[in-house]
Amino acid sequence: MSTPQDPNVREQPAVAATGSSREAILSTNGLKKKFGGLTAVDSVDFTVDEGEIRCLIGPNGAGKSTLLELITGQLSPTDGDIYFDGNDLTDMEPHRRMDAGISIKFQSPHIYESLTVEQNLRVPLQRTDRDIEAVLERTLARIALAEKADEPASDLSHGEKQRLEIGMAVTLDPALMLLDEPVAGMSVDETADIAELIQSLHDDGMTFLVVEHDMEFVRKISEQVTVLNQGSVLTQGPIEAIENNEEVRRIYLGENA
Amino acid sequence: MTDGRLPSRLDGIARKLNGPNTLGNSKAFWIAFAVGMVGMIAYPLIRGSYAAGQTSLFLVYGLLALSLSLIWGYTGILSFGQVAFFGIAGYTYAIVSLNLGGAFGQTVALPVAVAVATLSAFVLGYFMFYGGVKNVYVAILTLVVTLVLETFMAQTAGAEWAIGSVQLGGFNGIPGIRNFALGVEGASISLSGSGFYWFVLALLLVAYLGARMLVNSRFGYTLVAIREDAERTTMLGYNVKRVKLAVFTLSGALAGLSGVLYATWGNYMDPSVFTIVFATIPIVWVTLGGRESLLGAIVGTVIIERLRLWFSVNASEFAIVFVGVILMTTVLLVPRGILPGIRDGYVFFSEHGIREGIERGRLTIQTRLQARLASLGVGGTETETPPSSEAVRE
Repeated sequence: MSTPQDPNVREQPAVAATGSSREAILSTNGLKKKFGGLTAVDSVDFTVDEGEIRCLIGPNGAGKSTLLELITGQLSPTDGDIYFDGNDLTDMEPHRRMDAGISIKFQSPHIYESLTVEQNLRVPLQRTDRDIEAVLERTLARIALAEKADEPASDLSHGEKQRLEIGMAVTLDPALMLLDEPVAGMSVDETADIAELIQSLHDDGMTFLVVEHDMEFVRKISEQVTVLNQGSVLTQGPIEAIENNEEVRRIYLGENA
Repeated sequence: MTDGRLPSRLDGIARKLNGPNTLGNSKAFWIAFAVGMVGMIAYPLIRGSYAAGQTSLFLVYGLLALSLSLIWGYTGILSFGQVAFFGIAGYTYAIVSLNLGGAFGQTVALPVAVAVATLSAFVLGYFMFYGGVKNVYVAILTLVVTLVLETFMAQTAGAEWAIGSVQLGGFNGIPGIRNFALGVEGASISLSGSGFYWFVLALLLVAYLGARMLVNSRFGYTLVAIREDAERTTMLGYNVKRVKLAVFTLSGALAGLSGVLYATWGNYMDPSVFTIVFATIPIVWVTLGGRESLLGAIVGTVIIERLRLWFSVNASEFAIVFVGVILMTTVLLVPRGILPGIRDGYVFFSEHGIREGIERGRLTIQTRLQARLASLGVGGTETETPPSSEAVRE
């Protein structure tokens, strides 16, 4: 487990790849992103340890999505560095970061609507030298879509589309899986399915960084929570500590809890 | 799908040709295709060399349509620039073949012209895709490049505009391009009439089968993935820019080949190939035939061009208006194009029977027309959205 943090300490010390008993798989160092006069992400030093499920919470406009886009490379930082698995990602092209072992599930389902469920999974798999048929079968079972393998993806329900996209992302067996609000707009049952899926992948050793609004869901899956506010890390620590943190309650949880 | 009793090599080829990315993977399709090919090959023998020569232009255009189907139908990049590469290759062929002269000059000019078109496509594609130009801006940029070429070539009338011994000729273009010939001096065959027809038919057949193999390969899946969701595809580790550049370059080469054949067919080359009308026509062919179908693109081309010829003989100035009406009707009734429409209809009728099919078809047309009219503010209080193509699909 990572070092217990004092929830009242606002600025985190600049930790690169050390500082905890577990190895950090992803770390940012003074990461900053400006859009014109607006600083969306402001000098963020933040780590994700190998094997954990870390949730990233914060009010709208806190910079959560921007931080994810900086990690995937959809955006380039104004300043600062990103390290992943010992590599400097900062100037790496997005598709190379995926090769390095990062995968993302976007907020709204991004799937190939005109292809069948199975073909959707084949697209990421065909580039790899993995045993395609075996991975395909395992993934279909895992995302509970084996019976719909030959149906066009456009016929799936919202929840099924979300599961399919997670399936596409995990076929590459990423070391770090990024999920951007994976249960937005989902029913209670669908949310439970996703939580179960994340847990089962986590049991297999996958590391997660999850941006989420739904505190119920965060409580269900998360060990560690980082709170972003106005582009900076407000605090981080175990979920219980975060929920009892007065400042967090005031600026964020107070709104809906 | 493939017949298991075929010899293994044939079976391998068949497997590469067939796949979910092409319409018509059944044995029935290939039998019909073979019968159609026999008819096409026999055409000059029945209608004579002159008719074959006229018809070969449609096949030349078929190559251009094929190039647009690859880049637009499969990769989702709407390019108005196919005619630019078509024209560049045509001009290059004219300049090189007339400067070198003789059969050998013409034989050499073909690969040179295709190479110049390919390189042009590569350079334009590189700046577009690596410069972050996307979506509708690709269409605008390629159209602008085409129109700039028109303006430029149209002002080359002066004597100073000559490359070697060839005058570029401004609006009048370059006349006197010889019929295509293969070989060297003293041992060459000149292709005109039936000979040219068979030559183009063979090229089109090879290009079509090659494109089928391509779209059913892993690369083809990547193209479709990029069309469906480029961002998702990047985030699955694909170098989307490079794939787009590759297919844009390839389709530029195909358009270039078409342009060379066009120049030798008409024996001249002028800036009209860079006009907005000519830049738009391939979009019409491919939309009509079905842009996600390689064969559809070719069929659409032949239909439109045959009709354009007929209209221009019988109703001269209204030819393009009639083409517009045909396009609108098709888009209204079969949005995905003729060939995919036939396939969907076939699938539907074989599942539901004729009677229900007709009833469903009537309802679909009715609701769609009502929706169109309602959206124009004409009659119809029904606001229900039409079932669109889902109703006839599967």
